[in-house]
Amino acid sequence: MNKLPRIVITGVGLTAPNGNSLAEFRANLLAGKANIREIDVRYMGKHPAGICDFDAKKYQSRRELRTSTRAGSIAIYCAHEAVADSGINWDATDKARVGVYVGITEHGNVETENEIYNISQFGYDTKFWTHHHNPRTVANNPAGEVTINMQITGPHYTIGAACAAGNAGVIQAAQMLQLGEVDFAIAGGVSESPGTFGIFAGFKNQTALASHDDPNKASRPFDKARNGIVISEGGCLYTLERLDDALARGANIIAEIAGWYINSDAGDTVLPDPVRQAECMRGALARAGMKPQDIDIVSTHATGTGKGDVQEIIAMRDVFADCPNTKVNNTKGFIGHCMGAAGTLELAGNLGSLTDSTVHPCINIDELDPDCAMQGLVIGAPEKVAKVDTILNNSFGMLGINSTLIVKRFVA
Amino acid sequence: MTAEEIKQIVLEIVADIAPDEDLSNVKPDVKLREQLSLDSMDFLDIVMELRKKHGIEVPEADYPRLASLDSCAEYLGPKFAEKGK
Repeated sequence: MNKLPRIVITGVGLTAPNGNSLAEFRANLLAGKANIREIDVRYMGKHPAGICDFDAKKYQSRRELRTSTRAGSIAIYCAHEAVADSGINWDATDKARVGVYVGITEHGNVETENEIYNISQFGYDTKFWTHHHNPRTVANNPAGEVTINMQITGPHYTIGAACAAGNAGVIQAAQMLQLGEVDFAIAGGVSESPGTFGIFAGFKNQTALASHDDPNKASRPFDKARNGIVISEGGCLYTLERLDDALARGANIIAEIAGWYINSDAGDTVLPDPVRQAECMRGALARAGMKPQDIDIVSTHATGTGKGDVQEIIAMRDVFADCPNTKVNNTKGFIGHCMGAAGTLELAGNLGSLTDSTVHPCINIDELDPDCAMQGLVIGAPEKVAKVDTILNNSFGMLGINSTLIVKRFVA
Repeated sequence: MTAEEIKQIVLEIVADIAPDEDLSNVKPDVKLREQLSLDSMDFLDIVMELRKKHGIEVPEADYPRLASLDSCAEYLGPKFAEKGK
């Protein structure tokens, strides 16, 4: 097999509940600033959620916003920000050679629920159902909206991979770049999930919806008193290029994609399987040509559910048993679970460590659950280390999809 | 309801559909889609809003009758009258 091209990240565009740029997001992670608020969920009253306050009008007209979905707006904002961050001459870029790959946990629930509510005001007469429903709810919507807004004529689609979708979007882009299908990719994940009551009700009835008097303490992975997931919106798209192309245009290389792996539990629909998760991490390490000891930071997926966090730690203790120097953190305590965006957002939150040699902590751990104790877990305050060269990012999702993405400092 | 009042109702609907458009100089005798950036989906929004807000049904065969403000007033006048407006 021919040696495949090396793939690098050259730009990051994001919106998270606690930041609308990588710099702001990183600063708040290091400062311990969460941003979760209570929102009114249709039929369900107040629940904690992560909501972004990016300026949607920055890249969309009011007319576009009227027909756009929230996921589409988030994707458009992140795509523009990522392209700007990449420094590429966008006007001179051949848009037919640009691919857009956006991970989603779910899409269409928001619009469908809104329309059912809408026609309920008209006696459920479907003649009041909006004609915008189908373009808003087709699964490729967030990626397609990016192509329309940015006049990209290369391929676009979403990758439905539950909460592993952000990683899966990046992996898809890396593969398409390696195959030569595109020359420039915009990839990652988005979430509009706080707009759908169904996801709140589903988690609540699964006894997996977080609650706390203080919304900023509701998302608490690994804490003994954790009681579920905080549902959040957000987005994070990277620009990815083949290394040779990035070097040729003098791009700032943020990190190199070192390895990845996706596998399936083939078991329970919701309870993760630590054996398969460990296989996933080892598969990514093998592709990267690394040993567990080579990983400086593991960005965990843990969502704050009673069982899920323990399962991931079982897998982590297995894979990283002999890694005294590997640090472990989690980002959901700050921003909740950004669903399709979780993978890329959480990795992005750690990218700064390649330059500032600081590991942002897990927050909201008042009492560490002994079943979640893990060598190297960074709790409460950032930890300065000698150097960070590698980050392993886990994202797992329902139906037993596991994804691990490893990035490393670019060295020529 | 006068023709001018009907034109104003249509303009208010268009203002919601196309919030970036300057509607201060819309020519009543020129097709809306020739002077404003409206696509076919936007046009269907006009039909939907007439249905939702005013209970007025516009059959597909009559869509061309909504082309300009003048034709809207002419076509919708009797329909508003039927509604007692």
